[in-house]
Amino acid sequence: MTVRVQREDFDIGAEIAAFRRADPGIGAIASFIGLVRDVNDGDAIAGMTLEHYPGMTEKALAGIVDEARRRWNIIDALVIHRVGELKPLDQIVLVVVTGAHRGAAFDACEFIMDYLKTQAPFWKKEQTAQGARWVEARASDDQAAGRWNKG
Amino acid sequence: MSIRILYFARLREDMGIAQEMFELPPGVSDVKSLREQLIARGGASAVALGQRKAVRVSVNQDLARNDTPVKPGDEIAFFPPVTGG
Repeated sequence: MTVRVQREDFDIGAEIAAFRRADPGIGAIASFIGLVRDVNDGDAIAGMTLEHYPGMTEKALAGIVDEARRRWNIIDALVIHRVGELKPLDQIVLVVVTGAHRGAAFDACEFIMDYLKTQAPFWKKEQTAQGARWVEARASDDQAAGRWNKG
Repeated sequence: MSIRILYFARLREDMGIAQEMFELPPGVSDVKSLREQLIARGGASAVALGQRKAVRVSVNQDLARNDTPVKPGDEIAFFPPVTGG
C-alpha cells in the first residue's frame, strides 16, 4: 500500500508504471483522477486552497485502503492527494488499484474514493469573484459512501 | 493533566487559533461533555462549536462520536464535515 499527501503535482503514467513494478500477476488496473473545475454551485472558481490534518490524513487513508483490501480480492492500492494552492485543470487526487481481474479493482477504486470524500480530513476553500468560501460537504457524498454498507 | 485541542478549516478561523492546551475539568470524560464545556466558555468557542453547527471530532486522529472517551494526554480535533477528493 502507498499513501501520499503532497503539494507537488503527480505524473499518472509514471505513478502507475512504478506501482505495477512489472508484476505479471496483475491483470487489471483501475484508476481515478480528481480534477479542479472552474465552476462550483454556479460560480466561477479562480482557484482553491486544500487544507488537511497532517498525521490523521495519512492514518485515515491507510485505514480506508486496509478496509478495501479486506472487502475485495485486490493486489494493492495507491492513493496520492494534493494539498495547498490549486487552480482549475490541476490534478487533486489519484487512486490506483491493481488486481487479477477488473471487477474487484473497479469496485475497490470507487469504494476508496467514496470513503476518502467522507472520512479523510481534507477541506477545500475556493476563491470566487465574491471572495473566498469554504466548500460545503454534500449529502450525495454521504449517500455514495453509505451504499457500500447495504446488503 | 491537559489535552491538546486542534481546530481546522472554518473552525480554526472562527476560533482564531489553530490549537490550544486545555485543562480537563472533573466530569468531562467524553466528546459530548468536552464540547459542552468549551461552548460554555462563550465568545469564539460558543460561535465555532455551537450545537447547531455541523462539527466533526477526532480523538487521537481517529474519527470520534459523542460518546467516545476523552482522557488526559489525548489529542482532540474539531473540524467541519470533510470536503477532499
